[in-house]
Amino acid sequence: MTGAQALIRCLEEEKIELVFGYPGGAILPVYDALYHSKIRHILVRHEQGAAHAADGYARVTGKVGVCMATSGPGATNLVTGIANAYMDSVPIVLITGQVPTTQVGTDSFQEVDITGITMPVTKHNYLVKDPRQLPKIVRQAFHIAATGRPGPVLIDLPRDVAQAEIDFTYPESVNLPGYRPTYRGHPSMIQQIARVIMEAERPVIYAGGGVIGADAAEELKMLAETISAPVTNTLMGLGSFPGSHPLFLGMLGLHGTRYANMAVTGCDCLIAVGARFDDRVIAKVAGFAPNAKVIHIDIDPAEIGKNVRAHLPVVGDVKQVLQSLLALLQKKENREWFSHVQALKAEFPLRYRQGDKLKPQYVIEKISEITRGDAIIVTDVGQHQMWAAHYYQFKRPRTFISSGGLGAMGYGLPAAVGAQLGAPDRKVILITGDGSIQMTMQELGTAAEQRLPLKIFVLNNRQLGMVRQLQEFYCDRRYMAVGFSFNPDFARLAGIYGMEGYTIENAERLAEILPAVLQSPEPVIVDCLVCGKENVMPMVLAGSTIEEAIG
Amino acid sequence: MLHTLAVLVENNPGVLARVAGLFSRRGFNIDSLAVGRTDNSAISRMTIVVEGDDLILEQVTKQLHKLIDVIKISDITKDEYVDRELVLIKVNADAATRGEIMQIVDIFRAHIVDIGHKTLTIEATGDEGKINAIEQALRPFGIRELARTGKIAMLRGFKASSVNNNGKEDV
Ligand SMILES: Cc1ncc(C[n+]2csc(CCOP(=O)(O)OP(=O)(O)O)c2C)c(N)n1
Repeated sequence: MTGAQALIRCLEEEKIELVFGYPGGAILPVYDALYHSKIRHILVRHEQGAAHAADGYARVTGKVGVCMATSGPGATNLVTGIANAYMDSVPIVLITGQVPTTQVGTDSFQEVDITGITMPVTKHNYLVKDPRQLPKIVRQAFHIAATGRPGPVLIDLPRDVAQAEIDFTYPESVNLPGYRPTYRGHPSMIQQIARVIMEAERPVIYAGGGVIGADAAEELKMLAETISAPVTNTLMGLGSFPGSHPLFLGMLGLHGTRYANMAVTGCDCLIAVGARFDDRVIAKVAGFAPNAKVIHIDIDPAEIGKNVRAHLPVVGDVKQVLQSLLALLQKKENREWFSHVQALKAEFPLRYRQGDKLKPQYVIEKISEITRGDAIIVTDVGQHQMWAAHYYQFKRPRTFISSGGLGAMGYGLPAAVGAQLGAPDRKVILITGDGSIQMTMQELGTAAEQRLPLKIFVLNNRQLGMVRQLQEFYCDRRYMAVGFSFNPDFARLAGIYGMEGYTIENAERLAEILPAVLQSPEPVIVDCLVCGKENVMPMVLAGSTIEEAIG
Repeated sequence: MLHTLAVLVENNPGVLARVAGLFSRRGFNIDSLAVGRTDNSAISRMTIVVEGDDLILEQVTKQLHKLIDVIKISDITKDEYVDRELVLIKVNADAATRGEIMQIVDIFRAHIVDIGHKTLTIEATGDEGKINAIEQALRPFGIRELARTGKIAMLRGFKASSVNNNGKEDV
């Protein structure tokens, strides 16, 4: 069979059911091979959309997402999507067509060095030169993408390699001497940690996306309940702990809840689980958990001690480490601390003021109320993203799909497409901004073509709200390039794409239509004309500690 | 402080770019880098001299480990090791200076590997200090061209930073 046929066979061996992509000359043989396969191909409208969709699919299903694109512009269009998956540790495999090996390096038509370009944003990448290596490479790519700390892996496939004849055998195992993730935490370190935790009087658990990646939400809950430790989430960690739980503190960091940030500042033992002490979480290093023994559990050794010194680090799979740890812990109650934290929650709740105008926070709150945490919430990037994190009460993992590390506007819609295809029976709700959606709006075409019943809420403030907020605080209200004096009519746009469309201007009308919209089997765009003066609060200003938040 | 790392990598295309890219991307300073095959043609050895404190070195090592092609990293700085550099120096030489240059070559136990009409080409090996010294000594005659390999290093005695054929570390 040909290299291209072998590639498709490999995908079948990996039990891939669908791929996202966009064809072109250099990847022609692969599409020709796909023609004969049962694998479903989702034709997107822009390659960035293919990468984000594969990413959304992977986040929702926990499986590896796959996308393909042609050489040159097809490949470069993937880059934002790759960087996004890299920053958030999402397993995707990307296949790009490449000019024939004989032309590689000659600046031939639609040639770019995509392995060179993506080196800093992939977990690994390959340029296939020898067709006989292809099955081995694909096997390795899926292994690398999905294991250890997950991430994107790219395979660049020159056209002549795709056309070459090879004998196909799919390798049973991979042999990568330089890649052996540590899954089992060091037993003596875990014992030490257990001791420190049992001695702690004011513990806080700081749980990130690694908990979701490791499928360890159950263990996290057991840990929190066993030692009565309140849990705060990073943006990526939302969904790993039930939002309604009395021990839940919401998100921490620059836009974290006051009580989460205060609890972290006051704790004597910080248990970081699958989190990486991102600068958006810790703000000023010196003021972050200043009184705490820091325990850091993570699969990636390079995250230990990178930003904040950990007193007790364990490298390992979060699920396995938590299981070993739980076996060593006894039930304990930190009554005083628990009531202190409850008092903080009561004293400094998240809040906003209702007014004449529709408030963006209210939209989220209402959606949360009606869906009761059962929906999959996909967001874009900006204020609306933070409000979704604040006001939607998540119940379980893989229900909050958002661009964290890269903060890539335009992620939302294609990721929602991928999420809905990964979870056809679930309600997928996109919370987006009028800025963000216009970055990848063409994917409405993909959604319509695939008849995806997405519920799209545009929190339309006619501006780039988050940047406007930054300019308010950091540029003395010199608002520069943040207002849209023209926006399309999103409800009519819905109509053009065969979706239902609503324009909502006040709270009453929203409350009126929302139950029906959320029940509708049809795709819907709800253009929410929200108040344009709202700020995301609390907010930690540059140079402050997380405890010194304003608002 | 300068650290000397012995890094064993799979001899895959692009591995040098991956390592070099990692250093520049993360703002680590490479003082010297030398690459060559080991006794196993599938494995290359890089000797990287990198500048930084312990925290930086910890990050360098961990980030290097994340590269799939990197098999093993040993920071041999604190151990006893032998290190060598090779230098080729083409220096101006006429009848009047030739004798003096040859004396210097002798003192450093270097070799003359080529004689031109108005030049001598000298080969010297040694640790960094010796190479610097011979360069200094020859500078007054006018160095026309100089090429240095960068440092390679190996632990003294029985200890080794190598891997066996399965890619498993030797003990
Ligand atoms: C691709 C990209 N470009 C620019 C930015 C910088 N940025 C961050 S938030 C934001 C505004 C987002 O506006 P909108 O989508 O309307 O959301 P809002 O903040 O108004 O809720 C911008 C421009 C970004 N994050 N991503």
